[in-house]
Amino acid sequence: MSTVPPSAPLLYVTQLSKAFRGVQALHEYALSLQPYTLLGVIGPNGAGKTTLFNILTGVVTPDRGRIVFDGRDLTGAAPDAICRAGIARTFQNIRLFRRMSVLDNVKVALQARQSSHFFTAVLRPPRFYAQERMLSERAMALLATLGLDAHTNLQADALPYGLQRRLEIAMALATEPKLLLLDEPAAGMNPTEADALMHLIVHLRDALKLTIILIEHNMRVVMGICERVQVLNYGQLIAEGTPEEVQNDLRVLQAYLGANTR
Amino acid sequence: MRRWSGWLLALVILALAGALQITLNDYYQRVLAVIAINIILAVSLNLTNGFTGDFSLGHAAFMAIGAYTSAVLTLPVRTKAVVLPELPRWLGQLEVPFVLALAFGALLAALVALLVGTPVLRLRGHYLSVATLGLMVIVQVVALNWQPITRGARGINGLPPFTTLLWAYGLMVLTVAVIWRLVNSPFGRDMIAVREDELAAACRGVRVFRTRLLAFVISAAFASVAGGLWAHLITAITPASFSFLLTFNVVAMVVIGGMGSISGSIAGAVLLSVLPELLRRVETSLALGGQPLYGLSQVVIALLMLAVMIFRPGGLFGRSELPDLLTRLRRPSAAPLANPRTSSSS
Amino acid sequence: MLTPTYLAQQLVNALNLGSLYALVAIGLTMVYGILRLINFAHGDMMTLGAYLALGIIALLALPVELALVLPMLLVAGVGLLVERLAYRPLRGAPEVAMLITSLAISSLIQNGATMTLTAQPRPVRLPSQLAQRIAIGELSLAVMDLVIVALALALMVALGVFVKRTTIGIAMRACSENLRAAQLMGVDVNRVIAIAFAISAGLAGVAGVLWSGKFGLVDPFMGFVPGLKAFVAAVIGGIGSIPGAVLGGYLLGFAEVLFVAFAPPGLSGYRDAFVFALLLIVLLVRPAGLLGQREVNRA
Ligand SMILES: Nc1ncnc2c1ncn2[C@@H]1O[C@H](COP(=O)(O)OP(=O)(O)O)[C@@H](O)[C@H]1O
Ligand SMILES: [Mg+2]
Repeated sequence: MSTVPPSAPLLYVTQLSKAFRGVQALHEYALSLQPYTLLGVIGPNGAGKTTLFNILTGVVTPDRGRIVFDGRDLTGAAPDAICRAGIARTFQNIRLFRRMSVLDNVKVALQARQSSHFFTAVLRPPRFYAQERMLSERAMALLATLGLDAHTNLQADALPYGLQRRLEIAMALATEPKLLLLDEPAAGMNPTEADALMHLIVHLRDALKLTIILIEHNMRVVMGICERVQVLNYGQLIAEGTPEEVQNDLRVLQAYLGANTR
Repeated sequence: MRRWSGWLLALVILALAGALQITLNDYYQRVLAVIAINIILAVSLNLTNGFTGDFSLGHAAFMAIGAYTSAVLTLPVRTKAVVLPELPRWLGQLEVPFVLALAFGALLAALVALLVGTPVLRLRGHYLSVATLGLMVIVQVVALNWQPITRGARGINGLPPFTTLLWAYGLMVLTVAVIWRLVNSPFGRDMIAVREDELAAACRGVRVFRTRLLAFVISAAFASVAGGLWAHLITAITPASFSFLLTFNVVAMVVIGGMGSISGSIAGAVLLSVLPELLRRVETSLALGGQPLYGLSQVVIALLMLAVMIFRPGGLFGRSELPDLLTRLRRPSAAPLANPRTSSSS
Repeated sequence: MLTPTYLAQQLVNALNLGSLYALVAIGLTMVYGILRLINFAHGDMMTLGAYLALGIIALLALPVELALVLPMLLVAGVGLLVERLAYRPLRGAPEVAMLITSLAISSLIQNGATMTLTAQPRPVRLPSQLAQRIAIGELSLAVMDLVIVALALALMVALGVFVKRTTIGIAMRACSENLRAAQLMGVDVNRVIAIAFAISAGLAGVAGVLWSGKFGLVDPFMGFVPGLKAFVAAVIGGIGSIPGAVLGGYLLGFAEVLFVAFAPPGLSGYRDAFVFALLLIVLLVRPAGLLGQREVNRA
């Protein structure tokens, strides 16, 4: 698909480890991710996939390890700084600003890159209204891309479940990321919805020149769209490679059959 | 059209205040001024407690800062020589116009809020509530002990009665306008986002700590202005004036009106300013064993608050504003629309 | 000034104050641990206890022992009642709802007392057994001082045994660790919360009786500031941790007494300001307290 020549990795992670009260949620995780890759991360429940995202986005501090993104060391940085550095995520258990409108949800994410001044907000020179209008237009455009433009004034928690997941993606995109982390974005969707979403993800990657890490339970989906796949089990990276390589890995089969997942 | 309606409303209020200032008798002028001051207090407290979701209990402390600052700065030099003879020389010879004194008090309160907010607002949970109540105790203790400036327990009396209806309603309009605009701006969206989900907000790039601090500092500054107005309305202040009772009543206004609604805070402030006036008559006439029932109006307010929490946790207004409610009345729709909060109306 | 007797006297004062703070802080920390509620009405349970003791001694002329035990039980009952009527309907509501409710209850108690009993402080005349002084060398102690420390320690030991050894105590600790998980494991959460409120209020009730005995006055607002200070103690020790509350209580007692005893003369009036400045410093330097745990994000 993409024929980008090998260059410096966009994300370079070494020896990432995290334990919660003795549970080793992630152990010595490593990754070197080239720009514009779509990497799938799979593994049974509790394998440490979400923990990986939590560490990458500063939500959880790792016990050990280093995160270098786009040439900057982001180890231990705060979530908002990481977001502004260009890593955005969605949450497996949806986290929207529930009592704000769909439009305002996106605006919050958009305005993180805009400088606002107290006196502009209070005195309201014409510039203020221009900025607000621009923000609305960009938010509307993004919502349209994700097929949410019919619901902009709805309160976020009034959206149907599948659309809430799409809103999460819209908000992540609104922060203008270079790297997008999607945590089971198709969970709870029926196969048709899930397929549509996966097409959209591939389309977004190409259109916005994104690098994406996708956590997904469904092997078939991951195998269909990802260039590279990593498999986690009990916090350990047990396999890594192209979908074909991973599919035929004995340890992966064991992990999946042993855990008896789908 | 809506952009003008705010200005029009402000003009009408000011004209009314000016007219009533000439015609009304002292008692009603005082009640009306207290209403304006309470609106300033409630609307400013709502910025933290309602919009940002940090439950501050510091309004009495910030009022005290405003009241004492304004008292010390505006007292005529000759009165100062008698009332506060131990004042440092430069302060003793200073006599500052009312507005400047209020502005300076606001600045000082903002500074104190910055100092308290910096350690506390980095933490999750309701530490701010305790820390701000602690601040109230600290401020009271300082007012009691810093004799040369505050005259200790005797307090300062004989303040110039600067607080006319025009001043009170002028500053009330200013407060409501500033906070309304702030809430309906990127800052306000950040605040609400922080309230809804702090972690998710951080993951969308919101500078959570800075947002919380901004709300707290602005809120403190306006509370201080209200304190200055109040001092020059009553014309006498003591450390005991700025007790928990004061904070509690402002909290009640915000909670009963609806946390996260400016209209609600205004309604709550009006309601809880008028209610004690009415109940005061009951307190004194419904004497139990010859004793007036002091405390009755506070008991009623507390019960009202308990009832609101159980039966109508959103308060009178929920998170809606009056203009939205009016539009919705005219055009009822089935879907649960969000508040058109950010339509940039002023 | 710095005679051994003076120092010993200060030590006794610190132990007294620390015991009282510890008793009050335990209740705050228990309820906070389970519900994340800062119970602003907790100090007012002290007030209730003090008034009840006053009534029992003055009006009913009952023996002193009963003036300690009865208020404890009655205030525990009030705690139970308040939980049932005001807090339980809010289960599942945002945390702030309970905080607001606790403010309202505090106001209700303070002003209810003002309305029915007037705001006039009432003197407490200690029964002669307690007012007696005993001399140890040059040091003269009131029996009351000994009673405070001994009773506080006894109650803390009893609570320790309750929490460690009884089923409901263990369930309580489980709820404090993780309320949801405890519920899933079949713990009757409502019952645990009710009992936590009862114990918490009961301890504050006794503390109030002792406080009024020590300082000699009862008024409708007497419990408010001690209640807040007990929160400071709980934060110092690590909020949510019962041993932390005890440790924090005694540390705060000592810090406060040291401040009054050794601060320059003009500053001793700033005692309460010192305590809350201490809170700000602790929150800045070590917000999890000495024995507490940091809260972890869950995404
Ligand atoms: N904040 C946390 N506190 C305690 N344990 C956690 C926390 N987050 C994750 N865990 C534990 O870490 C392990 C990995 O969880 P997670 O990363 O969510 O797995 P996955 O997303 O692959 O299903 C699990 O055992 C989980 O219970
Ligand atoms: Mg997961």
